[in-house]
Amino acid sequence: MKDLYLGQKAMRNMRRQAMQRGVIAVLDIGTSKIACLVLQFDGPGQFRETDGVGPMAGQSNFRVIGSAHTRSRGMRCGEIQTMAEAERAIRTVIQSAQKAAGTRVDHVIASISGARPASYGLAGEVALPAGKVNEADVARVLAACDVPDFGPGREVLHAQPVNFAVDGRSGLNDPRDHSGDLLAVDMHVLTIDEGAAGNLVHCIRRCDMELAGVASGSYVAGLAALVEDEQELGAACIDLGSGTTGVSVFIKKHMIFADAIRYGGDLITQDIAKGLRISYAQAERLKTLHGGVEVTGRDDREMIELGSETGDWDTDRRSVSRADLIGIMRPRVEEILENVGGLLDAAGFDFMPSRQIVLTGGGSQIPGLDVLAARMLGQNVRIGRPLRIQGLPQNATAPGFASAIGLALLTAHPQDEWWDFEMPADAYPAGSLRRAYRWFKNNW
Amino acid sequence: MQGLNPFGPPETEPGRPAPVRHAPMRPAPQAKPVRRDPAPSRLAYRLNRMMLRPLMRRMVRLGIPAFLAAMVAGIWLSDETRRANLTAGIDGMVDKVQHRDAFMVHRMEISGASEVVEKGLRAMLPVPLPASSFDIDLTKLREKVRMLDAVEAVDLRITPAGVLSAVVTERQPAILWRHARGIELLDKSGHRVATATSREARKDLPIIAGQGADRAAPEALALIEAAGVILPRLRGLERIGERRWDIVLDDGKRLMLPEDGALRALERAISIDRSEDLLSRDITAIDLRNEARPVLRLGLDAQNAIRRARGMVEIGPDGQPIAGEGADAPRGSASKAKTTG
Repeated sequence: MKDLYLGQKAMRNMRRQAMQRGVIAVLDIGTSKIACLVLQFDGPGQFRETDGVGPMAGQSNFRVIGSAHTRSRGMRCGEIQTMAEAERAIRTVIQSAQKAAGTRVDHVIASISGARPASYGLAGEVALPAGKVNEADVARVLAACDVPDFGPGREVLHAQPVNFAVDGRSGLNDPRDHSGDLLAVDMHVLTIDEGAAGNLVHCIRRCDMELAGVASGSYVAGLAALVEDEQELGAACIDLGSGTTGVSVFIKKHMIFADAIRYGGDLITQDIAKGLRISYAQAERLKTLHGGVEVTGRDDREMIELGSETGDWDTDRRSVSRADLIGIMRPRVEEILENVGGLLDAAGFDFMPSRQIVLTGGGSQIPGLDVLAARMLGQNVRIGRPLRIQGLPQNATAPGFASAIGLALLTAHPQDEWWDFEMPADAYPAGSLRRAYRWFKNNW
Repeated sequence: MQGLNPFGPPETEPGRPAPVRHAPMRPAPQAKPVRRDPAPSRLAYRLNRMMLRPLMRRMVRLGIPAFLAAMVAGIWLSDETRRANLTAGIDGMVDKVQHRDAFMVHRMEISGASEVVEKGLRAMLPVPLPASSFDIDLTKLREKVRMLDAVEAVDLRITPAGVLSAVVTERQPAILWRHARGIELLDKSGHRVATATSREARKDLPIIAGQGADRAAPEALALIEAAGVILPRLRGLERIGERRWDIVLDDGKRLMLPEDGALRALERAISIDRSEDLLSRDITAIDLRNEARPVLRLGLDAQNAIRRARGMVEIGPDGQPIAGEGADAPRGSASKAKTTG
């Protein structure tokens, strides 16, 4: 745990360094698309008081000066499958984003959407000898959480204190200087596969970039797509990506659950390609142009030219009705939503006070999805587009960019994590200095 | 086999093969262009990132072109003949422009100058006319002309017609100054105008003498102006000790004027003269330096007359008493005659 602590702490320092330099890139590595936004942090001074722009959780501090996205390669289910291909895709997108921004970027914050995330709720409590909570007590209680066995090859991605309680007074965001005898904390820990995370770090290092942070894709999509009230009152964000479908549950502005299903819109395209015996690219085109999940009587009459390029006249001149297409797509969408429902059930979403569901990601653009989702998951369903941030080009405001925009928001206003607090003094090992030195030597 | 079509119409000549029909030419299969990998290579990516560094960009945009230009120029100029050609070409171009008709000065017109000054002025021109106006530095020339003693002010200009016009104001000699090395003409401010060969050359001008007299020339002129009645008898003014004036009259009488208020003292002496007929008496000097008490220095005859009246031995010109009575009498009568005359 201490290595993890030091590693994450170093990433935080890198992030601080990048903020001082003023330019940082966020990189959303998805299964079908890699998006990169170059953010310029101008500091809070760029708006006057009379402009009526408040701090807005750090959103007014930065603007997007360059954005680029490209088709990702070598990815599967939100994980890197072929390292060299993925590295090329990252190089492409970073180079074009740098060109758009007209500046060199050295620090990058990345999101990882797959890698089998697993959520854990941790609890810990310590006695307060001073009768009052001070900084060291907060660190102590965070260190006192009883950590379950995550299993081999797992790495902690997020460890966020969700709730503090002092002597039964629960629901505290900041327990410092509260008087009491007992301090308790609830912590949400998200772990991912170590190998997948390591691959991502390796790819980014190969592109000569410094990694200034890693975040879960489902988490950052929730940050971008949920409005503040939904985050406060309780909501689930479903990020319908192409390789993964991320689910994150928020309440009181904290993520309490995140998970991902290992399939998504990509599978729908494959079904169409197999069912209609057309190429993958044609299937993708049919899906985006004519796809849907709700059939009406008119769809039987609406014939769609398949237009493949096999060279055989009869095959190339086939046409199907839109109802046929919907008939292929709908079972797969239903399956995905069923799995999402299973995840939400496992997370105890039914017991939340407000059961708002927000669909985002590229897959949320399927017409009629909100009706289907409302029937399957619950009545409060809406399609969420990501928040608008300053300087974002129009073509990057689509729901598919929710993760990238969420990363930008997280960069501007980072959530407190376990490693942002001071480590309790007694937990430092004797050779920590030597180990820190070795860490520096290994990483630079 | 071709031509053996059993479904065709019944043929008149069974067994005759149908003509060979060639299948139309198929278009040759076109090689699809190989799709280039849109990803930059590692080297290209690194170069691109290197070029985005601010220092690098500045170097590429400014440093390298400047260096190349300097290098090319340096190599080209390293050859002696090329350098000579270049300078000759530039000089020729400058000459061509400067010697255009519009910039030429053809003649010099001098007005208000005497012949000597005019000659000197023409000699001062740095280049012989006609010359380009770029070669004539008017400011320098003006300074040089102003150095001439005879010239008080000069107005030099080049008119558009190509004439260098000089309007000279000459100094007017107002007084002569005799000093150890000769006689000089001074203007009313005391500035030297020219050297006079002798006093006779300018009889109309008053004369002053003594060291430092030129600096006090305006005061001397004022005194001469005020002399009025005694002007015909005035021989000149002498500067004593570079601080005060003596007025010397034609019979050797001196009016010793004070350092301050010389004019007033002179007027006083004139008024005394008018009332007492002072200057016609046997006096060698009138000392007016003390304002409260003018002092007279008597002449020899007057002294002897007083001595005779007192019954004292008369004195000679050397101030010593004369031994013989006989020798004294004719001199005493002579001086008396002079005094009365």
